[in-house]
Amino acid sequence: MGAVDAVAEVRGLRMRYGPRDVLTGVDFTVRRGEVVTLLGPNGAGKSTTIEILEGFRLRSAGEVSVLGVDPARGDERWRARIGVVLQSWRDHGRRKVRDLLTHLGGYYAPYATPERERPHDVDKLIETVGLADQAEQRHGTLSGGQRRRLDLAAGLVGRPELLFLDEPTAGFDPRARRDFHDLVHRLSDLEDTTILLTTHDLAEAEQLADRILILAEGRIVADGSADQLARQASSQAEVRRSRDGERFVHATPDATGFVRRLFAQYGDRVADLEVRRASLEDAYMAIVYRHERALEELSAR
Amino acid sequence: MNPTLYAARLGLARGWIETRHSLTNPQDLGWNLFVVTVFVVVLLFQRDSTVEGAAALPLAMLTLPSILGMWVAVGGYTGAAGTLAVEREDGTLLRAKAVPQGMVGYLVGRIVSLSLITLVTLAIILVAGLLLLPDLATAGGSSWLVLLWVPALGLLATLPWGAVVGSLVRSPNTAFGLTMLPIMGLTAISGIFYPIAALPGWVRGVAQAFPVYWLGLGVRSGLLPDAAAAVEISGSWQHLQTAAVLSVWAVAGLLVAPAVLRRMARRESGSTMETRRQQNLQRTP
Repeated sequence: MGAVDAVAEVRGLRMRYGPRDVLTGVDFTVRRGEVVTLLGPNGAGKSTTIEILEGFRLRSAGEVSVLGVDPARGDERWRARIGVVLQSWRDHGRRKVRDLLTHLGGYYAPYATPERERPHDVDKLIETVGLADQAEQRHGTLSGGQRRRLDLAAGLVGRPELLFLDEPTAGFDPRARRDFHDLVHRLSDLEDTTILLTTHDLAEAEQLADRILILAEGRIVADGSADQLARQASSQAEVRRSRDGERFVHATPDATGFVRRLFAQYGDRVADLEVRRASLEDAYMAIVYRHERALEELSAR
Repeated sequence: MNPTLYAARLGLARGWIETRHSLTNPQDLGWNLFVVTVFVVVLLFQRDSTVEGAAALPLAMLTLPSILGMWVAVGGYTGAAGTLAVEREDGTLLRAKAVPQGMVGYLVGRIVSLSLITLVTLAIILVAGLLLLPDLATAGGSSWLVLLWVPALGLLATLPWGAVVGSLVRSPNTAFGLTMLPIMGLTAISGIFYPIAALPGWVRGVAQAFPVYWLGLGVRSGLLPDAAAAVEISGSWQHLQTAAVLSVWAVAGLLVAPAVLRRMARRESGSTMETRRQQNLQRTP
């Protein structure tokens, strides 16, 4: 199945809950070392998809391979190679940070290989996620952001080859979110860890991902870097400027050429120049909207 | 080392840490203190009444061992159901599922901590009771062997059933209701606070089908002089029957529980946990 360096391969994945189809044929590949974001509106099936890949949920149809294994049949050896960070853990309130990470890390020790020492050195890991000052604190006393960093550390303690993050920064303030993003960047650089995360936050997807998959109405409707998606959605750029106090807006596929001609013609009279390419947000709205409308037309027929 | 055995060993350590946390946690300590106080008050009220035909023993002296027996069932059945329901909701279980062999560690840890916590509570109730009824220690009936096997078999008979309830319910409140109410009902008909002989025959029949009666009887037989057996249903301690009934419950529970636990664990995921939590929040505003 598929490329040699694929860490996860999904083909024709379908999921049906009772009469409702949540996933209607999802296809994508995650390659080694990538940070891939699954982006989509609430209820699009992001969590369902990631839970199927984590082996926490059985799919209705389709082929899924994670680290070369079907997650529905993944054994403990396979489990030891992946890391999972969920959105709603608030467990082990009485355990201390270092104590719990040491305990959880212990389960990975039998799965160490010559290339991949398991588990992580707990003190270094605590340092990496920025909890050194809280190492002896009980979980119940940590702030929301600190807890999420602890969750991340718990997901990493077995030195996973593939890490799943489900809505990692839900409920964060902007500062905590920024710190968390820095941390994810450092991890994907430092360790040979592939990361697949879900979010409904565009800025987050743009910040973190090498590649963005947009999931809408049960399928992947776009796949590419933030730049590629923006270009795909609209090849036009908007040129705004004023001339003699009057404002103008012009859309053009060739903004550079248009601006060159503008200056040639009007010179100093051009002011307030602004060239705006389609952002990821424009792309996202366009792609999701286009898709929803196509579906509506289909069902109206 | 075999990873499963390795995880079981981690589970033992985990159980010990959880027990220590529970014994130093103000909330848990408060609960223990409350329980002991309630029982002490009961014993105080019963200290001056005597039971006919029981060699003139004060009623309190029958009640103390009966309470200990009942508490084995409370600790095993209610304890297992409650912790499992809570830990399904807060994500402890899912965390265990996300870790290789984590479920083995979780279950071993929980069995160890629930058993130890139950035993510690029993010890506290026993000590408080002995301070109140010093005669019990010198009554000459104590049998350590019986006091070992009855609670041990009692935990085996009740803990798996608590795990079954904890696996099936959707909220900790339901778990509490489904375990506390039956235990209270059984306690009322099992001769815990008054000799069972006073009850009609069919009620006694019902009581004898469940572990609470036999646990009470078993601990009474371990702490009271043999003459006290006169007030029991058959006028004897019925050790064989006690072992038989508790064993049937234990074997049935150990047959049913793993399958139910496996099914529950397989279905557990982040979104099912979140949905359940939201529903529970709506139900209890």
